[in-house]
Amino acid sequence: MFDWKWDFAFEILPRLLWATLNTLLAAGIGYGIALVVGLVFALAQRTGNRPLTIMVRECVEFIRSTPLVLQIFFVFYVGPQIGIVLSPWTAGMIAIGLHYASYLSEVYRGGLDNVPKGQWEACKALNLSPTDTYFRIIIPQALPPSIPGMGNYLVGIFKDTPMLSVIAVAELMHAAIAVGSEHYRYLEPYTLVGVIFLAISLPTAFGVRWFERWVRQSLGMGKQHEN
Amino acid sequence: MVRFANVTKRYGPLTVLDALNLDVNQNEIVSIIGPSGSGKTTVLRMLMTLEEIDDGVIYVDGTPLTHMERGDELVRANNAHLRQMRSNVGMVFQHFNLFPHMTALQNCMEAPVRVLRLSKEEARHRASELLEMVGLADKIDQHPSRLSGGQQQRVAIARALAMRPKVMLFDEVTSALDPEVIGEVLNVIRQLAGEHSLTMLMVTHQMGFAREISDRVCFFYAGNIAEQGSPDQLFGNPENERTRQFLSAVLDAG
Repeated sequence: MFDWKWDFAFEILPRLLWATLNTLLAAGIGYGIALVVGLVFALAQRTGNRPLTIMVRECVEFIRSTPLVLQIFFVFYVGPQIGIVLSPWTAGMIAIGLHYASYLSEVYRGGLDNVPKGQWEACKALNLSPTDTYFRIIIPQALPPSIPGMGNYLVGIFKDTPMLSVIAVAELMHAAIAVGSEHYRYLEPYTLVGVIFLAISLPTAFGVRWFERWVRQSLGMGKQHEN
Repeated sequence: MVRFANVTKRYGPLTVLDALNLDVNQNEIVSIIGPSGSGKTTVLRMLMTLEEIDDGVIYVDGTPLTHMERGDELVRANNAHLRQMRSNVGMVFQHFNLFPHMTALQNCMEAPVRVLRLSKEEARHRASELLEMVGLADKIDQHPSRLSGGQQQRVAIARALAMRPKVMLFDEVTSALDPEVIGEVLNVIRQLAGEHSLTMLMVTHQMGFAREISDRVCFFYAGNIAEQGSPDQLFGNPENERTRQFLSAVLDAG
């Protein structure tokens, strides 16, 4: 039925693997942005400053309710019209980073809400500053229960990097499309893309589970912490 | 040392404390007893600034806690003032509230290092002395999840003491404990009381203990002090009908 050609597959594999490096780079940078900005989003909603809280909430909702591919187009093509000219890489990283920052902020929010009220009260009773309260006491406890959610979005951002091909970021999907149109053969490149994604996603998901266990242990907390 | 002047606290339509007046002298040990919902715990929580007050003023060591003197007027305290005042007060909670990701020692070092800016060495020294005092010298490197409730509560006492507060608040500190470990926590408090160098306010259901160590016992009813006096007077010869009812109820139960 299918006319699979091994020699063609092996011929294009190196090129696809090189492009995979870009995919990994894009996922890594995007995720790094999302981790940090997501935390900023989550903390900004807890400052007690109503206008700031509402503004960030609405931003997060807006980003979560519109398609990523639209956001990528928007940053890349609409940006220049208001004088912001960005390279495909920069535009893509901003778009995908902010998109996942919005999702991660919700994960963080869940984790933060999970920390018992008594922990906040103990911090106050010990006179810890708000900064120390967050970074020394609350966030370390909010982290372990957030890891599964954070891990899902790590796999998610990785799987969403093909969307960057729409603004010609030279990642894996972009390379596969190029290979296909050069040789008029699509079976091998697209199949290989699927296999490569699978080969990376599965161990990542497994690694996340292992990482959660490790973090809980190194923070001295069991599977579920009491209190 | 602590003075509540006409302090009122409301939760919506519910008045929890109704123009409370209470003076606690330096190094005095005052127990607060009473039925649940009478506002006992709220007294401690307001003193720790965990709750805002709706009316009146609380003074600690002569300085308004939740207000600042601006000329002749009292205005709401800002954060700097609150932090300044809070350093006089330490609190031990019913549910310990230890930091689960830190060892007993780290729990006791965190605030001295971060807030008082002690060196790590100094803080470690202070923390291990206190943990030794509460009988946990061999547990300093354990995380709370590895400690019994009684041990956790003793760590919590050491953690509060490490900040060298002038006033210590104990909020039903044995209520969440198994009966067999209550004694070890009470012993630590007894020891602190014996030194008589700390002002202590204690909300408790341990009537025998309150009678034994308090200088004064306050019986709370419906948001105010219905009766107060020396332990012997209040437990031995209560004048208020409510006090009598309450005491006979809890003493029968216990």
